[in-house]
Amino acid sequence: MNLRIANGLLVDPVAGTERKADLFVAGETIASVGAAPAGFTAERTIDANGLVVCPGLVDLSARLREPGFEYRATLESEMAAAVAGGITRLACPPDTEPPLDEPGLVEMLKRRAASLRLARVHPIGALTQGLRGERLTEMAELTEAGCVAFSQDDRPFADLTILWRALQYATTYGFPVWLRPEDPGLARGGVAHDGEVATRLGLAGIPALAETISLAAILLLVRETGARVHLSRLSTADGVEMVRKARAEGMAVTCDVSAHHIHLSEMDIGYFDAHCRLSPPLRSLRDREALVRGLVDGTIDAICSDHTPVDEDGKELPFGEAEPGATGLELLLPLALKWGAEAKMPLAQVLARVTSQPARVLEVPEPTLGPGAAADLCLFDRDAWWRVEPASLKSQGKNTPFTGYELQGRVHTTLVGGRIVFEA
Amino acid sequence: MQRNPQLNERGELQHLLSIEGLPAAVLLQILDTARSFMSVSEREIKKVPLLRGKSVFNLFFEPSTRTRTTFEIAAKRLSADVLNLNIATSSQTKGESLIDTVANLAAMHADMFVVRHASSGAPYLIARHLSPEIHVVNAGDGRHAHPTQALLDVFTIRHYKGEFTGLKVAIVGDVLHSRVARSEIHALTTLGVPEVRVVGPRTLIPTQVEKLGVKVFHDMASGLRDVDVIMMLRLQNERMNGALLPSAQEYFKAYGLTEERLAVAAKDAIVMHPGPMNRGVEIDSAVADGTQSVILPQVTFGIAVRMAVMAILAGNG
Repeated sequence: MNLRIANGLLVDPVAGTERKADLFVAGETIASVGAAPAGFTAERTIDANGLVVCPGLVDLSARLREPGFEYRATLESEMAAAVAGGITRLACPPDTEPPLDEPGLVEMLKRRAASLRLARVHPIGALTQGLRGERLTEMAELTEAGCVAFSQDDRPFADLTILWRALQYATTYGFPVWLRPEDPGLARGGVAHDGEVATRLGLAGIPALAETISLAAILLLVRETGARVHLSRLSTADGVEMVRKARAEGMAVTCDVSAHHIHLSEMDIGYFDAHCRLSPPLRSLRDREALVRGLVDGTIDAICSDHTPVDEDGKELPFGEAEPGATGLELLLPLALKWGAEAKMPLAQVLARVTSQPARVLEVPEPTLGPGAAADLCLFDRDAWWRVEPASLKSQGKNTPFTGYELQGRVHTTLVGGRIVFEA
Repeated sequence: MQRNPQLNERGELQHLLSIEGLPAAVLLQILDTARSFMSVSEREIKKVPLLRGKSVFNLFFEPSTRTRTTFEIAAKRLSADVLNLNIATSSQTKGESLIDTVANLAAMHADMFVVRHASSGAPYLIARHLSPEIHVVNAGDGRHAHPTQALLDVFTIRHYKGEFTGLKVAIVGDVLHSRVARSEIHALTTLGVPEVRVVGPRTLIPTQVEKLGVKVFHDMASGLRDVDVIMMLRLQNERMNGALLPSAQEYFKAYGLTEERLAVAAKDAIVMHPGPMNRGVEIDSAVADGTQSVILPQVTFGIAVRMAVMAILAGNG
């Protein structure tokens, strides 16, 4: 379909530009900006006056809960939530049931996702069989089936030898490995950041050391193996500092942070709010500030939603027994905008953290608004306020610490490959 | 942050979930009421009709004999009907959720739940799911709080020391795992005790505990110097041999309360323990049974304090 998106504020995170202009889509790609290409007739015109037009969001961590946890969420509900949040591309962790450790499972997921014709899905394969942390998976086969990287998700490795061998093996083929740094022994039994709030509420703590000790081991193994490692969901000030130093030394590690951790801290647990039970845990105000600074200065590459649908039965429990995680797909954009407004960042740079920079981590073509780029677009009203309520979310996961918050930034239209996949 | 869930919109006690966040006036009201109930237990007819026709459910998700018994006696002296439920052995094991269990019991027209649970915060969850005319008393949740124990402790201190201002109080032992210690700290600081100390090995003192308004000591000689009140904590068996402590013997050597250690405290210092005691582990028998021990009066006061809490909650509608 030929489409004219008229009078929008075009924000290109790669070029770093903002300008008000028309954008023309022909078929699956952007045809031109400003003037229509010769002989172009629009079959449809979208009035984008007052809207921002930017590349679709790229989310590095969205649990779709398929296969295995369809009672919590289905591919249909979560893919609809993704495009309602302006997300056109997402990576899903391998912690399904069974885990994504066999090519057949990955192919089925890819096929199911493709048949919905909504966002583009990039499965992250399991690094070890059954995520048990003992034996490597057939990474080459899994890559052929569609895995873009390998991860152990939140599960432990039997020991560091397995991690070392996994990095060596992945590096043989040049496969990226995504790791969330957390020492399983130091985190064992913990349900909240080991700090003032956990002490006050009598909750078992997860010390910041659980992240930094694991991170130190990973960085040393990266130096040893030359592996391409992406660090998922940093949570501590010291962790950010270690990555900053490693990058200053020339190491090619990248990292992300969840949208929750740049806005919330242990203080938000209040009176045992199980919606604030997250993994990694919400940490101190000092940690939160360091994450925000790391995002501003570029140490942290991307903001992810860390979307984890949990049903009421999983959350209506005493804090320590509740399942960790929060819904996030539909909150990623407004939470990124909120961070950007508080940090006084130019809009193009804010959007880069949820579009071009995560795309670079995924190693997919850089999302721009230039002619020839895929027409994966998000049109949103940056000024519109909306109230987060369970009923206002398309995701089957209604679990969020932001219930009742007024957030700014509402998605108007989402396009994937030139097709309109969501309209408010 | 949400409104303190244990106060109603008039600022009165709706539930007793934690000492933290309660104004001194509420604590003093409980202590004053408890004092007026002291005589009830000494009468020939040990009953007052304040809770006549009301049902109190003792909901124990974790085994306890002593606390459950004192709550039962307190409720009965207020003329309430009491039902004891040891949930640890019934529906929870059949997979019924905590919320469902409580909803079912509420449907049996309970007026008050006395809850003990192994998970910190469980009574908050229960309180949130009940209609406002049903009251919840936390009888100990995980490591979080044991508010009636702390109230009977400060009742005891007031009984023997009169005023709270000017006192030095030391809480000794496994603070990390102790709900009693957390509630005691809040009760003491709220009532104006100027110096609250915690004493124990580094493995048993929680992170940033000084933010609760206490001074931290790691040796008994300096921790107990000149204190007016010593509150001992129970050391659970499962903590005694492992990564936190090498052995009960070594713990007793460093932190057991002996007559010799007690001597550095103020001459008229009192010694308290929430029970049950491990003699020879955290406290020497000579001290537990000595003239400065007020451990048995604590138990007696506990009944009056629990009566006061229940009577006040019922009176607040």
